[in-house]
Amino acid sequence: MSADATHAHGSHEHDHVHTEGGHGSVKAYVTGFVLSVILTVIPFWLVMGNTLDNSLVTTLVVLVLGGVQMVVHLVYFLHMNTKSEGGWTFMAMIFTVTLVAIMLSGSVWVMYHMNRNMMPAAHHELLQKMR
Amino acid sequence: MMHTDTAPPGTAAPVFYVTDEEGHHSEGSTMLGFWLYLMSDCLIFATLFATYGVLGRNYAAGPSQKDLFDLTGIAVNTAMLLFSSITYGFAMLEMDKDNQRRTQLWLAVTGLFGVAFVALEIREFVHLFHEGAPPWRSAFLSSFYTLVSTHGLHVSFGILWLVTLMIQVQKYGLVAANKRRLMCLSMFWHFLDLIWIGVFTVVYLIGVLE
Repeated sequence: MSADATHAHGSHEHDHVHTEGGHGSVKAYVTGFVLSVILTVIPFWLVMGNTLDNSLVTTLVVLVLGGVQMVVHLVYFLHMNTKSEGGWTFMAMIFTVTLVAIMLSGSVWVMYHMNRNMMPAAHHELLQKMR
Repeated sequence: MMHTDTAPPGTAAPVFYVTDEEGHHSEGSTMLGFWLYLMSDCLIFATLFATYGVLGRNYAAGPSQKDLFDLTGIAVNTAMLLFSSITYGFAMLEMDKDNQRRTQLWLAVTGLFGVAFVALEIREFVHLFHEGAPPWRSAFLSSFYTLVSTHGLHVSFGILWLVTLMIQVQKYGLVAANKRRLMCLSMFWHFLDLIWIGVFTVVYLIGVLE
């Protein structure tokens, strides 16, 4: 963090606590809330009403809508931006998101192939023995 | 034995830290530190999501998501948490205006929504137990209970924290320390709502598909 950033920060330090970016406004919270309601109602409607009649497409759409809603929460409720704390919160988040993406996709991918390549044989043998 | 990293006599001791951190805003670093804690918490949830992603379809001839989940109940649960998020936001806005009474009021409303969420979740678990779907029934149910109850425990501790802070505010008012604590809880609370988006999307909605 540069020296003048620290200075600017320090000058705000009076009797009352101040954060960069503040806590948003009523408008920001209501916007976030309305967007979240829309982004929640659509996936529930898609799944409960079986609207798309195709579970793969529904899965993808629901996942995307969930991801979008997470971003909405980050921006409007957690006041995430690229500048707060000299950009370190954003950096930490990008790092975490990268790790999470590797962990989730890696686990599911590896275990899916393990299941596919190893389970049927084991099953088959077991069935043979049982006969 | 000589330590190799000891500075030779006559030279200045090496400095391994940044000196301009002195007089640094403690509140600013608290927020960053708390954010880092949340990110590590995020990793815990990610491992639990990965476990569920791997085991979620292993039923051991037991009940599946489609047999068990009541999406209407989950929609109500989601609404509770979303309402609590916006009411906490209103509490923060009142805190900025130094309006203690209203801050407390919104915090109380937030807490009630949180309690409603946890109560509904416990009710769901009790219902599942009666349906013959305890955690030990199948790998799917083990991973399901671990993920969802970890989130529920976080919310429960959040409520405990909220009550503690309400007492603090009642006793000492909206002083700087209490504001800082309320801001940490705000991040924690909104973060839990964010995790819940993942839970209802991946576990409940995608679960009942196919």
